[in-house]
Amino acid sequence: MTLTIKYFGLIAEKAGTKEEIINLEAEEYDLEALKERCISKYELSDIKKSIQIAVNQSLGTSGPLKHGDEVAFLPPFAGG
Amino acid sequence: MPKTFFIQGAIPPERISDFVAKHQSKKNIGAHSIFLGQVRTDEVDGKTVSAIDYTAYEEMANKKLDEIREAAFSKYDLICAHIFHSIGKVRSGELCFFVFVSSAHRKAGREACSFLVDEIKEKVPIFGKEIFEDETHQWKVNQ
Repeated sequence: MTLTIKYFGLIAEKAGTKEEIINLEAEEYDLEALKERCISKYELSDIKKSIQIAVNQSLGTSGPLKHGDEVAFLPPFAGG
Repeated sequence: MPKTFFIQGAIPPERISDFVAKHQSKKNIGAHSIFLGQVRTDEVDGKTVSAIDYTAYEEMANKKLDEIREAAFSKYDLICAHIFHSIGKVRSGELCFFVFVSSAHRKAGREACSFLVDEIKEKVPIFGKEIFEDETHQWKVNQ
């Protein structure tokens, strides 16, 4: 399965990337596991609590990720 | 297709008067409520904010803005509502956020305008990098 991962604002700055495509052997992948994987890869544990994750542009989704899903790591919102 | 709410750079003050002028032919409008967000020259630990560089998760933001706008129409008796937010660099003192709500009577428009501003600040994935005069920066978090 292929997933598109997007990073924004402070997270993109810390990660040094705005987007990556990852290929996994599994047909399904747990969202929490992906979160931990990316947090560990980019050393984001100090801001972990402030990160919200959107799957296919929706917050608060649960259940396993599937091929083609878009996962976005979002720092606190600052519009206005 | 969702409507585009983002405009590159600061919102020119003339845009506000243009909007007022454009709505003069709509005879059922009795009140406009306007919110303008301006970049504040904040001081943090002796450093002064000179600009905010806005970015957004635009696809999600456009969807959210559409939903929030629709919610305002269901909740309040409105004639029209327009929302614009800057993307990119906006210098302190310039405008970054423009909400324009028209209604037959003042109360609905006033309440809807406040609802729109609060919802957008809370729910729309927009991010702001506050740039100081010495070119260092910090990331803005809404209160």
